[in-house]
Amino acid sequence: MAKNPEHRDLFPGALEVMILQSLRIKPMHGYALVKHIKQVSDNLLQVEEGSLYPALQRMLKEGWLESEIGVSAKGRPTRIYRLTDAGLRHLDEEVVSFEKMFDGITRVLAIARA
Amino acid sequence: MQWIKQLFNRRRRYDDLSVSIEEHLEEKIEELMEGGVSRRDAEQQARREFGNVALLRERSREVWQWRVLESILADLKLTFRRLRKSPGFAVTVLLTLAIGIGANTAVFSVINSVLLKPLRYPDSGRLVALWLNAPGANGMADFSNGLQLSPSMYFTFTERNQTFQSLGVWTSGTANVTGVAQPEQVRTKLISDGVLQTLAVPPSAGRWFTQADQDPHVAKTVILSYGYWQRRFGGDLSVIGRSIQVDAQTCEIVGVMPRNFKMVDQDFDLLAPLAFDRNNQKLAPFGYDGLGRLKPGISLAQADADLARLIPVWMDSWTNGPGTNPHYYETWRITPNFRLLKQQVIGNVSGVLWVVMGTVGLVMLIACTNVANLLLVRADARHQELAIRAALGAGRSRIARELLVESLSLGLTGGLLAVGVAYAGLRLLVAIGPADLPRLSEVSLDGRSLGFTLLLSVVSGLFFGSIPVFKYALGDASSTLLGTNRTASTSRARHRSRNVLVVAQVAMALVLLVSAVLMIRTFAALRNVEPGFTDPAHVQTMGIAIPELLEPDAQMVMHTQNNIADKIASIPGVTSVGFAGAVPMDNNDPNWDEMHVEGKSYVGGEPPLRLFNYVSPGYFKTMGTRIVAGSDFTWDDIYGLRMKVMVSENFARESWGSASAAIGKRVRQFKGPWREVIGVVQDVRQHGVDEAAPPTIYWPAMLNDPYTAQPTIDGPRSVTFAIRTNRAGNESFLRDVQQTVWAVNANLPLISAETMQDLYSHSLARTSFTLVMLAIAGSMALLLGLIGIYGVISYAVSQRTREIGIRLALGAQKSGLKWMFVRSALLLTAVGAVIGVGTAATLMQLMKSLLFGISPLDPFTYCTVPLVLAASAALASYLPARRAAAIDPVEALRSE
Repeated sequence: MAKNPEHRDLFPGALEVMILQSLRIKPMHGYALVKHIKQVSDNLLQVEEGSLYPALQRMLKEGWLESEIGVSAKGRPTRIYRLTDAGLRHLDEEVVSFEKMFDGITRVLAIARA
Repeated sequence: MQWIKQLFNRRRRYDDLSVSIEEHLEEKIEELMEGGVSRRDAEQQARREFGNVALLRERSREVWQWRVLESILADLKLTFRRLRKSPGFAVTVLLTLAIGIGANTAVFSVINSVLLKPLRYPDSGRLVALWLNAPGANGMADFSNGLQLSPSMYFTFTERNQTFQSLGVWTSGTANVTGVAQPEQVRTKLISDGVLQTLAVPPSAGRWFTQADQDPHVAKTVILSYGYWQRRFGGDLSVIGRSIQVDAQTCEIVGVMPRNFKMVDQDFDLLAPLAFDRNNQKLAPFGYDGLGRLKPGISLAQADADLARLIPVWMDSWTNGPGTNPHYYETWRITPNFRLLKQQVIGNVSGVLWVVMGTVGLVMLIACTNVANLLLVRADARHQELAIRAALGAGRSRIARELLVESLSLGLTGGLLAVGVAYAGLRLLVAIGPADLPRLSEVSLDGRSLGFTLLLSVVSGLFFGSIPVFKYALGDASSTLLGTNRTASTSRARHRSRNVLVVAQVAMALVLLVSAVLMIRTFAALRNVEPGFTDPAHVQTMGIAIPELLEPDAQMVMHTQNNIADKIASIPGVTSVGFAGAVPMDNNDPNWDEMHVEGKSYVGGEPPLRLFNYVSPGYFKTMGTRIVAGSDFTWDDIYGLRMKVMVSENFARESWGSASAAIGKRVRQFKGPWREVIGVVQDVRQHGVDEAAPPTIYWPAMLNDPYTAQPTIDGPRSVTFAIRTNRAGNESFLRDVQQTVWAVNANLPLISAETMQDLYSHSLARTSFTLVMLAIAGSMALLLGLIGIYGVISYAVSQRTREIGIRLALGAQKSGLKWMFVRSALLLTAVGAVIGVGTAATLMQLMKSLLFGISPLDPFTYCTVPLVLAASAALASYLPARRAAAIDPVEALRSE
């Protein structure tokens, strides 16, 4: 039993932010999400596709997402994930804090380079 | 309540998850196949890129679970499955625990209800019993009540104290109620002003007594108890204001007390005002119990000091009549020693209860060690499995947790069953109703008792569970794995913990057995005491009280009593009849006063107080009390008011050296005329088997009152008849007696009809109760201890089968083999016995007050008990030892 199920991301929260950001565009089912993230991140994320699911469950539990019965691209039943208001708020907060962090890192790197 | 919703939603979440993952894979596979990959390759690739499907699904599900809790639940499921597979083990353990925890819960409930809970009065912490010490007053101040108060003391205290919010005095009595159906004897409590205010329980209907009700010259009033109101008046509220005849006196009912209201700890039917006449009081008599409510913030010591100040004031304010010295009572050295009312109610029962609690506690410990032993065997059987699991990376805490979950669930299940056992036990206890257990009606299983059960279940579960845990989970895994028992015989270490448990069991069993044997010997010693009467089972006693309003003339009272005695004597089966002011052990002293012996001078000028009794001719013969010298009274002595008296043997010896020397000597009471001693009777244990017989003066049942200036005939109006008959205690006999009494006077009920045997047994009740409890506990301890020894030796035999086979093959003698196992059991017993004897010798000092005529270090007990224990241990170990010797070496060597 692994003590820490968190080693799934580039850094903590990255996968979640990407999921939230993707779903902000439109509600999607699991496989569509994976494809979307892979596509926009230019295969930057070298994670197992399956690790999406524990993250989705966590976010459902937090109340950032809702799931509903829907149909996949192939016309079979699956679950569609949709962003909630709470999820949207969380995404905004996360984005702000990410930006701050990138800002900081950029500055540190700039000084190191100079 | 979010988590409840989650619990119910979980199934749906899991399904959602499965559907999503399935579709994810399917979609991916289809896409890959569309790109020209074969189905097999597509499936493989999809799964590879997805990751470990089962693991990820598990991780996803865990989001909705409490991981630790659910894995404990899984452990629990496993535990119960394993228990179901060994029902013998489960039943043994659960039964042991249910009885052990149940007994502890029951006794704790009794202790909780009797000793710990406050009395059922508002703010009862401020209620005190007005207990006076009077070391100079001889038998008048006894251990259970101290010196009781006199009415004049009550007036002085209540009018001049500064520490009490209210105080009052009360006494118990009986009264004949007539005019409502049959004449009936009821229990009364006579109370002064201040008693109800002190107890502060409002009436459920009507009102309390007012000060006006305490005026002896106005109309009489009574208050009904709830029980009497229900029984006699069917709970009719219109009784308030109605009148009933109490001792032939018209009394108005002014109130009804609520259900469960008791006078301190006593049930009653009627409350009536004492109605003291303040203008007509002397210093004496001392016959009333006092109780008071302290002002807030006042301590017992402050109250003591306050009333100590009032004792001289009391002696200055009152007198015993002209020519008496009011400061005579200084020789009694009266000092207030107030105690909380609760302490007074509980009395000396707390010692017994704590001993019983300690006893069942020890039994519980023994039971726990037995369970621990069984668990060790189980864990031992699994030690390979546990070692392998540890080797494969199971954490120690994980294995420890599993073992503890097993023992805790055993403990809690046992505790659950124990609540039933305790409930049944308490019902039984209340049904038996040990007479000297106060507050019995309040005994119940309440929240605190259940909390105790839970605590005990958890603690015992942890206790017997921790032993295998320390041994297997926290031990060195590699050595267990290596040291398989295939070739090696049992190592010393493997048996050590089990041996320690057996030694502890033997020691504890020894302590319990010693205490049980000491109680048995105490009981035997009490049985050997000559009580001063014979064959009590064939003596019927019953009281008859003739109130003054029914028969004002004292001589007529005597005639009525004589008449009743004669008529009873003619009932078939009656051998003899007599009556007296009090019979032995009925908790009733007719009188105490100074007794002058002619020609004797006393230290301080005043002779000591003596117990008085008033007897009819034939009373001693009926009771079987031997007349040691001289003769009994005759009816002519009684009606002739002859100046005769009888004394007890110890009084005769003390005064004149021997019983025969007493005959013809003279004594007098107070300032009365001299009386001649005509008979000396055997000593009677008036106050119980375990209290020395008090020197007693027996007056004729009718005599001139020594306190009045004019000769006034006087005699006890309330007497107890003793009837020797082989029909004693028989319902039909009592009906015959009642009919006989009614034939003489239809207004006289029988009071508390009991056989002398009842009174005698009651006097032994505390001892027999403790004895029975200790005997039960002792035999349980012995049995459990023997099972423990048997188990250990049995297991050792089964573990050493191969070794035994080798020994036999090499020519060992069977008797030698048997002896080897018996010897190891005896060694354990000896070590346990030595520890046990030491512990018992220390603990028995605590039981000293319960013992009678025997030392807490009684050598007989300390020799026999270890011997009996050793013999039983030898027997318990002989059975498995014989099995060992019967082993066929060929079979043994083949056995795994």
